[in-house]
Order: sequence, then structure tokens, then C-alpha cells
Amino acid sequence: MDTKRHVLSVLVENEPGVLSRVAGLFSGRGFNIDSLNVAPALEDGVSHMTITTYGDPAIIEQIMKQLHKIVTVIKVTEFEDIPAVEREMMLIKVQADGPLRGEILRTVEIFRCKVVDVSPNEMTIEATGNHEKLEAIVSLLRSFGIKELVRTGSLAMRRSKKND
Amino acid sequence: MEYTGSQILIETLKREGVDLLFGYPGGVIIDLFDEIANHPELRPIIVRHEQGAVHAADGYSRASGKVGVCLVTSGPGATNTVTGIATAYCDSIPLVVLTGQVPTNLIGNDAFQEVDIVGITRPCTKHNFLIKDIRKLAETVRQAFYLARSGRPGPVLVDLPKDVLVGKAEFVWPEEIHMRSYNPTYKPNLNQLRRSVEELDVAKRPLILAGGGVITSNAAAELTEFAETAKIPVTYSLMGMGSFPSTSPLSLGMVGMHGTYAANLAINSTDLLICVGARFDDRVTGKLSAFAPRARVVHIDIDPTSIRKNVKVDVPVVGDCKMAMQGILEIVRSRHADRDWGHDHAAWLDTVQDWKVSKPLAYSQDKDGPIKPQSVVEALRELTRGDAIIVTDVGQHQMWTAQFYSFTEPRTLLTSGGLGTMGFGLPAAIGAQMALPDKMVIAIVGDGSVQMNIQELMTAVVNKLPVKIVILNNQYLGMVRQWQELFYNRHYCGTSMEGQPDFVKLAEAYGAEGYRIEKFAELNTELEKALATPEPAIIDVRVEREENVYPMVPAGAALDEMLLV
Repeated sequence: MDTKRHVLSVLVENEPGVLSRVAGLFSGRGFNIDSLNVAPALEDGVSHMTITTYGDPAIIEQIMKQLHKIVTVIKVTEFEDIPAVEREMMLIKVQADGPLRGEILRTVEIFRCKVVDVSPNEMTIEATGNHEKLEAIVSLLRSFGIKELVRTGSLAMRRSKKND
Repeated sequence: MEYTGSQILIETLKREGVDLLFGYPGGVIIDLFDEIANHPELRPIIVRHEQGAVHAADGYSRASGKVGVCLVTSGPGATNTVTGIATAYCDSIPLVVLTGQVPTNLIGNDAFQEVDIVGITRPCTKHNFLIKDIRKLAETVRQAFYLARSGRPGPVLVDLPKDVLVGKAEFVWPEEIHMRSYNPTYKPNLNQLRRSVEELDVAKRPLILAGGGVITSNAAAELTEFAETAKIPVTYSLMGMGSFPSTSPLSLGMVGMHGTYAANLAINSTDLLICVGARFDDRVTGKLSAFAPRARVVHIDIDPTSIRKNVKVDVPVVGDCKMAMQGILEIVRSRHADRDWGHDHAAWLDTVQDWKVSKPLAYSQDKDGPIKPQSVVEALRELTRGDAIIVTDVGQHQMWTAQFYSFTEPRTLLTSGGLGTMGFGLPAAIGAQMALPDKMVIAIVGDGSVQMNIQELMTAVVNKLPVKIVILNNQYLGMVRQWQELFYNRHYCGTSMEGQPDFVKLAEAYGAEGYRIEKFAELNTELEKALATPEPAIIDVRVEREENVYPMVPAGAALDEMLLV
């Protein structure tokens, strides 16, 4: 089947239990949540969820309809056919003993990451980018020894219309 | 002027048109019952178990089309409602379930009789609310009624902490309810209706599959008119029974696992399946990959999630079944005023007629042998002339009722189709009798399932409800036994119900009448006598123990792989 990663943006009423309704929908119906990010939206009383999930087109259609059916969900957008900016942030702590530090710094430089914490044998790096970029960083840093890793999950936003 | 939360709630219920509620008191809702006593126009029916309250409200709603209301206390009172709520949710029945809750300052403290009922019922309600602010009480309860009855209906739970019920506030009645995140689609898209009719234009073997949505949206008349105008045979799901007269020459009977030979073969052969308000449950479709293999599919449903959930659909129509049927009829009439549909579909109608005649639903009754359960259903049909509300539990008796009662009117078969809840029948019959005091209400139940909510017999007696409970008593959990016979090498593990009370004495102990029928020769006369009593009655009919429900499509098999005998 044509299983792909999808990014869904879900606008919800910010009220108790709304996260549980969305999360319960995914677990109850056997859909996958790859990442989930929730925070207040611009408008008071509204929250924004960004969900990344995997599925074939039929499953994604069903997920979107089921999300819509939740009474407190205001709007559901799927970014497959809409030009969008996607960003995710990651903190990654790597083993960084003397001679390797320079090489780690060079690697990190290529991806325009920041070093946010250093100790004699570890380095914590902040990375921002889309899903693929973060995956690439992780795979390159793996050879140095990753001690710890936290990610925010994706955020996505529709790109502004270009006048051409 | 300020009112207590209890007063505000009662005023809200009255304005929503509630005159009956099914409930059970308890610690945190004493204040509410205390206030209800001052409002004789709001009648509480006290059940004997909270599950019974929800099924009764459900039966009330199915029979009347109105929203059923229950009122129970916190903790165990609330958890006892869960099966009833899930039952109503599966069958899209509008209920408002009011649960008491511990005071807001104790929520989360594991207080006495505290349970997170909003969390527990989240997956089995259409929506639910915990009211923490008395100023939101009237508006929230009004939203609950609006949600329950609009769109695809369903149960809505409102959790009421004790301090909200005893607190005081102004009564503010919201004239309009608007929820920006909830806007059900009623009016179907005209283009989709046109496309549906274009499919019909070219179809050679069209078939209508009618579901519970036809009954919910009161579209039985429109559906019937459409089928008769365009000469399309009709089959229906269990929930759709009564949406089309089973006595019509166009009726093929029920489809699915225990559907008729004609209906299941028609699904297999049709080139255009028009599904109206049914959701393609697995008991309807059998093996999905072999379901309606030759058909283009038009699917009309008010709930978009039902469409393309498990069956591929060529023309989706989101909207109210009644409006969709009206729209389609209008297009058919304007485009095909002179078309002779009967002529155009003649070959197909002949084919389905042959199937109906060659393999009708059948059983054989030996006049001197044990009573066949099917005979009981047919006798009830004959004695009532179809003019009764029939309520069932779940199992073999439910299928025999569906097969042999021959339903012709909507809201005359009340049954737990989706969740399959044993113990539904008796309390639901009580609710139906409350809704329709002048109607004959008969619960056809099994000897296993009736024991699951038998305590509600007391509710029927106390409220002088003349419900008739006909037990098709085979001393087995018959449907499971049938599966064990057919697929588990007759290993009857756990399904014997030989341990059972004397149902006649039991009825008498509750203050109802009890009858027992053991001989076929006495079936009609004894049933007639029992149905004539103005009292609630149990009629214990001893039937052939190992009779099976046929046809049967084994679970996971295709519809044309029926076992016929």
C-alpha cells in the first residue's frame, strides 16, 4: 500500500479533555501517531495541534473525517497538496571527547545548528529544520555516540501565496 | 432572581420538552430528586439498576423519536450506565445522560463514589461535558440536547458536581445554540444526487440497501416511494427493518450473516448498490473483498466517516437520508417522467423473484414435536397483526424475530444492532411502553439474555406497564451454541443455561403474571391469553433446544457462501 508520512494541522477548542479526545481517537481506532504537538493558537480559547502520522490514502481520509467528527475540533488541514513550511526542533547530546570535538562542530556547522551546552566530554546541540533534515543530523551524529535526544515533533504552516 | 442548580436543570429539561426521565437516586443527586418532587410534570421512573435506566431511555427514544433522558448518581451509578451508553452510541440513538459527580473541590481526590465518568465515556458518547460553573449549566445542558438530536444522533453525557446542583445563579436561557466546531450537513450536494441518478440511468440490476439512518431521519415513506417509482428491489440491515415494508413484492428481506438467500445473492449480483443510511457493518458485508463485487456504489449517510470506511464508494452523498431521497425522487421524476422502470428492470426483478421463491426462509414444525422458536415469532405476528412494538435482546431469538415477524413500519423493531447488548430487551420495552402507552409492547428474549436485566420486571410492575416478555427458552446461549455446533466440533463449553429460575414463579414473585407454554398445540391459545392480560407478563415458551438460525454466512465468508440448512 501507498503508506506515507502525513502532517495534519488541527485547530481545536482549548478545553479540558480535548487532547484526550484526539489521542483516544488514534489509539481507539488503531491509527498511528508519530508525533503530536499542542500549544495555544493566536486566537484566545483555541489550540493548535500538529500531528504527524503514517497511512495509505484511505486511512488518512478516515483519520481526517474522524478528527472532524470530534465536536470540539474546529478545522483539520492536511499538508500533502498544500505548499507548507515544516519545522521541528531537537536537542541532541553527543559524546564529545577531546579530538572529536572539532569534527562534531564542523558537522553541526553544515546544518547550521547551535551548541547550547558543553561539558568536558559531552556537547548538547540544538537543531531546527524539517523532518528529513533532523533525520540526517541524527544519522551523522550517531557515529560519535548519542547520549540523549529530545524532539518537539513537527509544526507546519501554509506558505503565503506568491504573486507571479 | 437566583435559582439553585437543581432548579435551573429542571427548568432546562422542561424547556427541552422532557416529561419523563429514567433514573436512580444516590448521594450527590439527592438535592436534584428533592427538587424534582416539586415538578409533577417531570416524572422520574425509578429503575432497579442504572443500566436499565439507559436502556429504558433508549427504548423510549427508539419508539418515539424523542431524546431519552437518564439521571443517575456518581461513581457506580455512573459506571453502570456505560453499557447502555455504548449501546445507544452504536445505534445512533439520541440520549442525554445526567450523572452526579462529587463536589468540584473533591474531584481528583479519589473521593467516595468518585469516578472520572467523562474520561470513561469519551469513546462511547457523541460528546460529553463536566460542568464546573453553575453559570454554564443551562447552556451546556441545552448544547447536550442539541448535540444528541442533531446530525447523526447519539448519547451525550453531562456530569454534574454536587456543588453545581446546590449552588445559586441567575437562570439564563440561550435562545439559539451555535457551536462553531459542529455543523452537521443535512442538505445533500445536488451534483452528487444527479450523479446518483445518472448511475441509476444505466444500471441493469440496481439494489437498495436501507439502514437505521432511514428510520432515524423518518425517511421510510420517501425510500418506499423511490423504490416503487423506479422499481428497485430493497434489502435492509437489522437496524433498517421497518424502513421498507417486508410484505412488498420488492422486499428481499434482511441482508447479511443471517440474511435471506435472495438478499445476499442480490448483493452479489447487483451492478448498482444504493446504500441509504447504513454503515456496512461486518455482519452485513461478510468478507469485504467479496462484497458487492459487481457493483458501483452510491452511499448516502449523514456521517462522512461512514462513507469509504470499509466499502469503496463511487458516489458519496453526505446528508440527511430524507432530504437525499426527496432530492433523488425529484430528479428521477423530472428526467424520467415516462420511463417504464418495470419494463427496464424486468429481467432483474424476475431473477430476484426466483431467488425469493426458490429459497425462502423456512423451518419445519412437527405438530407433535417440540415448539420451533420460529413458530412463536410467526404466532406473535399473527396475533398482533403486526400492530405491536417488538423489542429484542441479542442472539438467536433476535435473528428469528428479524426473519419471521415481517416488519412493515419504522420504529416497530427495537433491537441492539451494533453493540449487540444482551439484557437490552426488557428495559427497552419499558421505555417503549412509557412512550406509547396504548401500544402492545412485546419483548422477545432468550432465556440467557433476559436474566441480564431481569430486575427491571419490578419497574414494569410498579409502573403498571403491560409489557409482555416472551422467552424463547432453549436452555442454551443459543447463538454461541450454534457456532460451537458448526465451527467448534459441538464443544458446548459455557453455553448451557439449564441452571435457570422457574420463570413463572419468578414473574409471580415480582407481582407480574407468568405463563409457560410447552406444547405446539397450545401455542396460539396460550399466547393469545397471555397477550390479553393488562398486567406485565412473562411467557416462558419451551422451544426446540438445538434449532439453528439459517441461512448463515460464517464469519469472514462471502455473502454467497451461505449455509442454508
